Amino acid sequence: MDIREMQGYANFFMTIILVLILYGYIIHLYRSEKKGERDYEKYGKIALDDNITSTPIEDKPASQREYKEQSK
Amino acid sequence: MQSNASLEYDYSLAKKFTYLTILFGFLGMLVGTLIAAQMAFPELNYLLGEYGTFSRLRPVHTNTVVFGFTVSGIFATWFYLGQRVLKVSLAESRFLMVLGNIQFWLYLVGVLAATVSLVLGYSTSKEYAQYEWPFDIVIILVWVLWGINMMGLIGIRREKALYISVWYYLACFLGIAMLYLFNNMEIPTYFASGGLGNPMHSVSMYSGTNDALVQWWYGHNAVAFGFTVPIVGMIYYFLPKESGQAIYSYKLSLLSFWGLMFVYLWAGSHHLLWTTVPDWMQTMGSAFSIVLILPSWGSAINMLLTMKGEWNQLTENPLIKFMVLASTFYMLSTIEGPIQAIRSVNAIAHFTDWIPGHVHDGVLGWVVFMMMAAIFHMTPRMFKREIYSRKLMEFQFWLQTIAVVLYFTSMWIAGITQGMMWRAVDEYGNLMYSFIETVVILEPYYMIRTLSGVMYLIGFMMFAYNIYKTVTAGRKLSTEPQFRTPMA
Repeated sequence: MDIREMQGYANFFMTIILVLILYGYIIHLYRSEKKGERDYEKYGKIALDDNITSTPIEDKPASQREYKEQSK
Repeated sequence: MQSNASLEYDYSLAKKFTYLTILFGFLGMLVGTLIAAQMAFPELNYLLGEYGTFSRLRPVHTNTVVFGFTVSGIFATWFYLGQRVLKVSLAESRFLMVLGNIQFWLYLVGVLAATVSLVLGYSTSKEYAQYEWPFDIVIILVWVLWGINMMGLIGIRREKALYISVWYYLACFLGIAMLYLFNNMEIPTYFASGGLGNPMHSVSMYSGTNDALVQWWYGHNAVAFGFTVPIVGMIYYFLPKESGQAIYSYKLSLLSFWGLMFVYLWAGSHHLLWTTVPDWMQTMGSAFSIVLILPSWGSAINMLLTMKGEWNQLTENPLIKFMVLASTFYMLSTIEGPIQAIRSVNAIAHFTDWIPGHVHDGVLGWVVFMMMAAIFHMTPRMFKREIYSRKLMEFQFWLQTIAVVLYFTSMWIAGITQGMMWRAVDEYGNLMYSFIETVVILEPYYMIRTLSGVMYLIGFMMFAYNIYKTVTAGRKLSTEPQFRTPMA
């Protein structure tokens, strides 16, 4: 197998792997929301409610546990 | 860390860096307009002897807008929004405040001295990395101080989740730290030779093709991590905050972030198409440049969709107009760049005026518009005063928008004309045009560019005046506006 052929195989498999990683990440984002493990969209509110006295969207691990329990 | 209900965000550092953003923005654009005029009217090269020539002033322009204007704007916005999205005040840590002030003064003295050194002719001759070794050390120190400050603020935060903008600022810090350090590896010849030559002079640790590769890995990614990443971080905060609309899709912002991080670093070799760089590396640079459209447009579309159902704000609030136009120019320049990275297009575009045309629709339309919008948003909140004049802001918007359009359209035409004329051959294979013929034909386009530069600079001065009047004479605000910035 010469270098050109090896480059061809490397190119093909790298493309497949990168596409899988990309779609895998998208699936991970949606699946973790569907399972109730995470609510990504709530983080968007961090910019809107940003006074120093505002309640943090996620302040300590206890609140995360509460969220999980609520979503079960 | 204190827990005090009367605690307020501390904007003293954000204010200082805002002043510098305006100062360096004005200086950088003034020199830019002058060198644009020198291209149209070459006699302007001889106004100040050796100190006023195009070759001396061009690095002054690029380095002042990159390391002066943009970096100040990144620091100013970080010290403003960093506190807000992390829900922690800088005043809660005396250490971080002292560190921030050292960073400010070191940065101010360093950049001013570095600019003077360029005027005096000290240069490494590496594009966008012309500062000689003593200034590189100062810049690295400033950057490290900023990094410690950023990590420190993140360390004492109340908001556990890091908002997407924080990720972008972190990436900016890490990216520039890595790029700047590696590309500026140089040996001061005076010390290496035991006292020969000028103490300021240095030579790069790399040579030949390797030097070119490291240089353009740096050069392109300086655009990535200086002109793109922190500006996306800014718009992800300022557009939702100004419009009162949360980001359209937070998940898309995450996907675009990681996409951008992965893809951008591989695209730099598109600056070296048709050179002695290995063929596969050129192909890789082109391929990754095309793929780069996806994460770039992912962010830009996310921003435009944030305004979904609220497009009326575009007519009601000039600040929204600035930011929507900025994301539109981001889309334009991130489709234009990949097109230029295609080998066959690059054969015509490379070394022509189309390249500065591309750079300027990105920086004038995207970076500067976003940075001005951020300052317009921050000023009433930092100084508790209403924006001095909405009319002035509207006029400035249209003046600068027309200026950007004139800049890039004239440079598109000039660049393609130039590229075609350089390649034109007669039936015997001889070149049809001499070099000077290609220069003479471009004169009208250089004049249009000068005009656009003057218009943009006037717009920037109007912006500076509006901010100055806001700070000194704007109507006082009793409460901080939650979303829309108040303006008279």
